[in-house]
Amino acid sequence: MPKNNSLRKVLVIGSGPIIIGQAAEFDYAGTQACKALMEEGLQVVLVNSNPATIMTDDNIADKVYIQPLTLEALSSIIEKERPQGLLPTLGGQTGLNLAVELKEAGILDQFNVKLLGTSLASIKKAEDRESFRQLMLDIGEPIPNSRIVESLEEGLSFAGTIGYPIIIRPAYTLGGTGGGIANDEKELREYLHTGLMHSRINQVLLEKSVAGWKEIEYEVMRDSNDTCIIICNMENMDPVGIHTGDSIVVAPSQTLTDQEYHMLRSSALKIIRALEIEGGCNVQYALNPKSKEYIVIEVNPRVSRSSALASKAAGYPIAKIAAKIAVGLHLHEIPNAVTKKTKASFEPTLDYVVTKIPKWPFDKFDYANRTLGTQMKATGEVMAIDRTFESSLLKAVISLEGKETGLRKKEIETMTKEELDYKLSHPDDQRIFVIAEAMRKDFSVSEIQHLTQIDPWFLHKIKHIIDAERRLQKEPLTKELLELTEAMGFTDYEIQALSGQSYAMVDTIRRAHKLYPVYKMVDTCAAEFESTTPYYYSTYEEEDENIISKKEKVLVIGSGPIRIGQGIEFDYCSVHAVWALQKSGYESIIINNNPETVSTDFDTSDKLYFEPLFIEDVFNVIRKEMPKGVIVQFGGQTAINLAPKLVQKGVQILGTSVDSIDVAEDRKRFERLLRELKISQPKGTTVTSYLEAKKAADWLGYPVLVRPSYVIGGRAMMVVRNEEELEAYVKEAVALSSEYPILIDQYIEGKEVEVDAIADREDVLIPGIMEHIERSGVHSGDSICVYPPQTLSDQVIQTILEDTKKLASALQVTGLMNIQFVVKDEKVYVIEVNPRASRTVPILSKVTKVPMVQIAIDLILGTKLKDLPYGTGLYPSTNLIAVKAPVFSFVKLNNVDSALTPEMKSTGEVLGIDNQYERALVKAFKGAGYPFYDKGVVLVSLNEASKKEALPTIKALAEIGFSLLATEGTSDYFKQHAIAHERISKADLTAIENRMKNQEIVMLYNTPTKGKATDRDGFKIRNKAVGLNVPCFTSTDTLNAYIKACKALRDSDELTYETIDYYC
Amino acid sequence: MEAHILLEDGTILNGKAFGSCETVIGEIVFNTGMTGYEEVLTDPSYGGQIVTMTYPLVGNYGINHEDVQSDQIQVTGFVVKEWSKYPNHWQCQQTLDDYLKEHHISGIYGVDTRLLTKKIRNYGTMKCMITTEVVSDQLFDQVKSYTFPKDIVSKVSTQHIKKIDSKGLTIGIVDLGIKKGILDQLKRLSCSLVVFPYDTTPEDILAYPCDAVLFSNGPGDPKDVDSAIHTAKTLMGQVPLRGICLGHQILALALGADTYKLKFGHRGSNHPVLELETNKVLITSQNHGYAVRDDSLTDDMEATYTNINDQTNEGFRCVKYQLETVQFHPEEGPGPEDTHYIFDKWIKQLITNKTHQLEV
Repeated sequence: MPKNNSLRKVLVIGSGPIIIGQAAEFDYAGTQACKALMEEGLQVVLVNSNPATIMTDDNIADKVYIQPLTLEALSSIIEKERPQGLLPTLGGQTGLNLAVELKEAGILDQFNVKLLGTSLASIKKAEDRESFRQLMLDIGEPIPNSRIVESLEEGLSFAGTIGYPIIIRPAYTLGGTGGGIANDEKELREYLHTGLMHSRINQVLLEKSVAGWKEIEYEVMRDSNDTCIIICNMENMDPVGIHTGDSIVVAPSQTLTDQEYHMLRSSALKIIRALEIEGGCNVQYALNPKSKEYIVIEVNPRVSRSSALASKAAGYPIAKIAAKIAVGLHLHEIPNAVTKKTKASFEPTLDYVVTKIPKWPFDKFDYANRTLGTQMKATGEVMAIDRTFESSLLKAVISLEGKETGLRKKEIETMTKEELDYKLSHPDDQRIFVIAEAMRKDFSVSEIQHLTQIDPWFLHKIKHIIDAERRLQKEPLTKELLELTEAMGFTDYEIQALSGQSYAMVDTIRRAHKLYPVYKMVDTCAAEFESTTPYYYSTYEEEDENIISKKEKVLVIGSGPIRIGQGIEFDYCSVHAVWALQKSGYESIIINNNPETVSTDFDTSDKLYFEPLFIEDVFNVIRKEMPKGVIVQFGGQTAINLAPKLVQKGVQILGTSVDSIDVAEDRKRFERLLRELKISQPKGTTVTSYLEAKKAADWLGYPVLVRPSYVIGGRAMMVVRNEEELEAYVKEAVALSSEYPILIDQYIEGKEVEVDAIADREDVLIPGIMEHIERSGVHSGDSICVYPPQTLSDQVIQTILEDTKKLASALQVTGLMNIQFVVKDEKVYVIEVNPRASRTVPILSKVTKVPMVQIAIDLILGTKLKDLPYGTGLYPSTNLIAVKAPVFSFVKLNNVDSALTPEMKSTGEVLGIDNQYERALVKAFKGAGYPFYDKGVVLVSLNEASKKEALPTIKALAEIGFSLLATEGTSDYFKQHAIAHERISKADLTAIENRMKNQEIVMLYNTPTKGKATDRDGFKIRNKAVGLNVPCFTSTDTLNAYIKACKALRDSDELTYETIDYYC
Repeated sequence: MEAHILLEDGTILNGKAFGSCETVIGEIVFNTGMTGYEEVLTDPSYGGQIVTMTYPLVGNYGINHEDVQSDQIQVTGFVVKEWSKYPNHWQCQQTLDDYLKEHHISGIYGVDTRLLTKKIRNYGTMKCMITTEVVSDQLFDQVKSYTFPKDIVSKVSTQHIKKIDSKGLTIGIVDLGIKKGILDQLKRLSCSLVVFPYDTTPEDILAYPCDAVLFSNGPGDPKDVDSAIHTAKTLMGQVPLRGICLGHQILALALGADTYKLKFGHRGSNHPVLELETNKVLITSQNHGYAVRDDSLTDDMEATYTNINDQTNEGFRCVKYQLETVQFHPEEGPGPEDTHYIFDKWIKQLITNKTHQLEV
C-alpha cells in the first residue's frame, strides 16, 4: 500500500529534556522519524523543548518549535499549523502522554488531527495496567498475580493475600519512577506513598515478584497489513528484579532454546496483533529458568531505549521504519537500507554478540545509594560488539570510561569473602567487578549463581576471563596466550599489567605474528546477502572486511555514554562535525560506543566504528584508516583525554593543538598565561596536603572553591566556608584522585557569564554571550542562563570580548572554545577556558543561526573566518531571548542532594524562547516541569548567609499570594522583620512530609548549610520534596527568576509559541 | 587437535576438532538461525551436508534430546566459531561435543564462520572436507572427486511402513526424510498417520484409506528421486496431495514443472514469504538447496507463496488434483511458528472437501 494520501503535514512530538529513563535514544528515534517522513514528501512540524538535540535542527524538519512540551503549547501549535497527522510514538513516554492529553482535551478532534501509527485505544490498552491485564487474560497470555490499587489500604490488603516480596509499578511513568520491590509491609507503605503520587492516574500495580527469573525482551514491528516481525530479542544478564535499563543486556538471547525463543516470539506477535500496533513495540518477559513457564511483564507501545539498542545491535533502523509504517507503508514494500537487496519485512540475524552496560552516575554521586532495583538509575549506556561474549563484555566495560581496563577494580580487590558474599546478593553498579573478584577468591560458579541468580552460562564466561587472567599472571607470554587473550577482549594494558611484560615485549610478539584486529561488518543478515553498510566492529579473526577507500579522511572521536556533565550536546557536535566534513569533501569516520545516539546511526558518517573510546582501540582504527587527522574537540572530555595519547603515537590532531589544551587544563600554565595576558582571575593555588590547603585557604580567605584537577562537570568541586569543611574535603578528595593535586581558589561570589567562540588563529567570532541567573558557586550546567545577557554593562561586555580574543589568540585556538567568567563589581575574572565544544554550542547555534560546528570544521580545515560570511567579533543578537533551564533526575537517585552546588547534577536542559525575557523565563520553567501557583504554602528554611538577601524574595512571595512556613532559625529571623508566617520544627519531618503530600506545601525555599551531609534535616526535607515532586529552590537567584516568571504569567497576555525565525 | 576445512575452490580454513575427529566429505552449507542447532543437526534434509552456523556461539543450552527432528544426527559435519563447554539449561542432558562424539559426527570450531559463509555466498554451495590430517593435494583430490550421493533419500527414509493411530483424518506420508516437527503438527490436529518408505508404490499407498498423501521434506536433488515422482504422478487425482520442501519440488516435477539448484540455498529461520492470496508476509523456517522454477509452472499450477528476498517460488496449488505445497517448513523446528496455521488450513480443507463429497 502506498502512503496515506490525505496526509500532507505531520506533527512529531519529541521527548523533551534528558532525564534518567529517557535519554538520547529519542533524539535518535525522532531524527530518524523526521527524516523518514520528509523522504515520503511530507511536511514535518516538530516540537521539542530540548535544544541539545539533532532533531531540533532546521534541516531535520520543515518547522521546528523549541517550546515547552505542555498541553497549552501543543494546542496552540496545532491550531496554527493544522497538521493532518500526529506521530506520538517516537517521543518516549513524554510524547505518548502528551498525545493522550491532547486527545482527552479534545484538541485532536477539534482540529481534525489523526493519530498516526498506533491508536490511542491501543496506547491505553498497553499503558493502563487494568486494561492491559484484561487484554492479556483475553488472549491467554500469562501475567503475574497482580492487582491495580489506588490506595494504601487496598495495597496492604492485597499484599496480605499474595505475600512478600511484592513489585510496585506505578502506571504511566518512565524508567519505573516510584517503583520498587518491597520485602515487608514497611517498605510497601513507602513505595505506595510515592508510587501513587508519581502515577499520572494515581494507580499502582502490585504484583507477585518473579525476581530471579530470566528477563527477556523482544522488539516487535507490525504494519497495517498485519505483517509482524521481530527485530531483535535481548536477554538481561541480570535476572528479573533489576530494571532492564540498569541491567547488563546481551543480544541476541544466549541461553534460550529455539523452542523458548519462538514460544516468546509467538507471544510477542500475538500481543502486538491484539494491540493493533502500527509501528514498533517492546515486550518484556520473565522466563522461569527451570521450566517453560513465562509471564509478560510489560509492553511499551512505542519506540524505546531498548528499540534504539536493538536498532544498533541488529542494524535495523526501527524508528525510521516505524515512521514509514505510521504513514501507511507496508514492511514488504520498504527496502532494507543495509543490504539494499532485500526488504524491511525480514528478521535480522546476528553473527556476533552485543553487550550493553549501563553508565551510572555514581562516580559523581559516590555518596548516593548505588543499589540496583526496579527503578532505573543509569544516565546512559555503552554497547560493544564482538564474535565472543567475553570480548563483547570486556569491550563494553572499557567503554564505560571508568578507571578500569578490564574486570579488575582496585577498591573491590581488597574486599573480604564476607563483603563479596554480601555484595553478590545486594547488586549495585559494581556487580560485574564483584563477580570477577569473587571468582578470583575462589567462589564457585554455583555459589555465585545462588547469590546472584545469574545464569551459569554467563558466569562460566566470566570465569573464562578470570582463568585467562591467571594464565597471564603465571605463564610466559607466548604468541598463543597473547592471541587468546586479545581475542577475549583483554586490552594490551591489562595484558602487560597481568603478565608483567613491557609494552615493547607485547608489541614485539604482536608484530612478529601480526596479531592485529580485523574489522567485520554489521549487515542484518549474517553475511547471507552482500551489503555495503559502513558499520564495523573489531575482532581477532581471519578475514578483514574493512574496505579502506583512497579518499582523504578525517576521524571524529565521539563522546561515549551519556553521563552527567557530558551529555547529548557532544553527540550533537560530533554529528555536525561529520556532516561538515562530508560537505568539505572528506570521508568522515566516527568512533563511538553509545547505542542511543544519532552519531552511531550507520548512515550518519561515511564510516562508523562501534568501538571503545580507549586509546588502543582508537589507534587500531587509525592504523587501518590512516586519516589526514583526528578531531577531538567535539567529543567532550572523553575525546580531549585521548588527545595527548594520540599525539604520543604520532597522530595528527586537527584544530587547536594538544599543547594549548594542556595550557588550558594545567593550572600553573594557565595561571601564567593569564598573568601574561593581564587577564584577571580568582587567586588560587595547588596543594597536595591538608597543611598546604589550610595555609592556602588562610591566604585566600574563606569561602574558597576547592576541586581536584582535571575534572568533568565540576566533579567533587565545592565551596568550602571554613576550616572544618576544608579538612573533611581534603580527606575525601585525596582518596578520590591521588594522581592529581587539589586546586584551591578564591571564591568570587558574582555573576557568571559564558562565551562560546570560534577562532582561526587570527580572528575570533563570538556567536553569543550568555549570562547565568545563579551567581558563581552553582555549576554552569546547573544554572539557568539567558542569551543575550540582560544585565551586563557595555564595559563588561567589552572586557569579555577582549579577553576572549586575547585567549583565543594566545592559545592559537582553531575551532571552538568556551570561556567562563565571573563578574563582580564591574570587574571581569576568567575562571575557566575550554578549548573545545561546550554544552552550549547547540543552543547558541540554534538561537543565533550561526552554524558553529560547521564553521569550526571549516576553520580546522584551513578556511579563514574573514572569508566566511559571519564576520568577526560579537555576532549581533536579535529580538530573540532564550533562557536555558537545567532539568534534574533526583527522583530516580536516592540520597543525592538536590541543592545546587559547583558540582553538576542536572541530566538535561530545556530552552524557553520569546521576545520578552520574562516570558522566555516562564517557558523555560514550564519546559523544565515547574508548576506555577498563585497561592499555597512555601516552606522556608534558610542558612545564615542567605537570610538578609532573602528578605525581598520573601516579600515578593507573600505579595503573589503565598503563605510562609518557616523552620526555627528562619522563623526567628522573620519575627525580627515582622514577616507573617507559621513556624514549624525542622525535625518534624512527618508533619512537613504530610503537608507536602496533601499538596498544601507547594514549594520549598531552602538554602543549605552544608552539602552532602545526608543526615541533616535540610537534606532530609529536600529529599522528601524531590520524592514528592515539590519544587525545591536552593538558590535565591533561581527563586527570584521564578517569581519574575510568576508575575509575568499573572500580568501578561497568553503565551504564544512560535519557531525561532519568528523571534529573530 | 588442529583441524582443517578444505573447500572445492582451494580454500583451507584452520580450526580445532571437536566431536568425532574423522575425516568427512560433504556439501557445505550455512544456516543463519541464532538458535536451533539441535534441530538442525537432526534434520534429515541436511543429509550429506556439512553445516556451518553463522551465529558464533553454538551449544549454549546443550542438547536436550527433546527438540530433535529425527532419531539421529543427520549432518555429515558441523562447523562453528565456538562451542559451549559449559552449557546451562534445565533441559540440558549433554554438551554439543559429547553429542557429536556419541554419534561419530565430526566437528570443527575456531573457524571464521563469517568468512566461510561469504565464500559459500559468493561461490555457491561447495564440496568440502573436514579433516585433522595434514592438508595435501591428495585430500584436495578427494574433495574434487566427491559427488553428492544420488540415493541420499534412501538413507534417511523409513525402511518400513509405520502407523500412528488417532481419531482424525488419515494422512499418508511419503517419507523422503521427514522431520519430527511435521509429524507433531499432524498429531496436534488428531490425524492418523501412515508413514511410507520413499519408494512405496502408489498401489501400496492406495491400499490404505488415506484422506490425503503428503510428500515430506528431505535432502538432495528432487530429480534424483524418480520413484517418488512416479508415485506422485500416479496418485494425482486419486487422492488429495500435499508437499513440503523436497515434497513440494517432487510434486512440481510430477506436474511437469522444473526445478533447479540455488546458488547457496535458503537455510535459516528468518525468510520472509509473501502469501499471494492475502498479500501477507510470513517469516518462515527454510532449508532447501533446490527450488521450483517459477516460470515453469504449468497452466494447472498456481503460485501461492513467493520469497520476498529473491522472488523464488515458495508454494503452489493445483485445484484440479486437490494439490497444495509449500517450499518452506510450516512445522518449523527450528524457526518461527507463524506458519503452523497452514497445517490447520490443510486439514480443515480436507475435512470440508470430504464432507462435501459425502453429501454429493
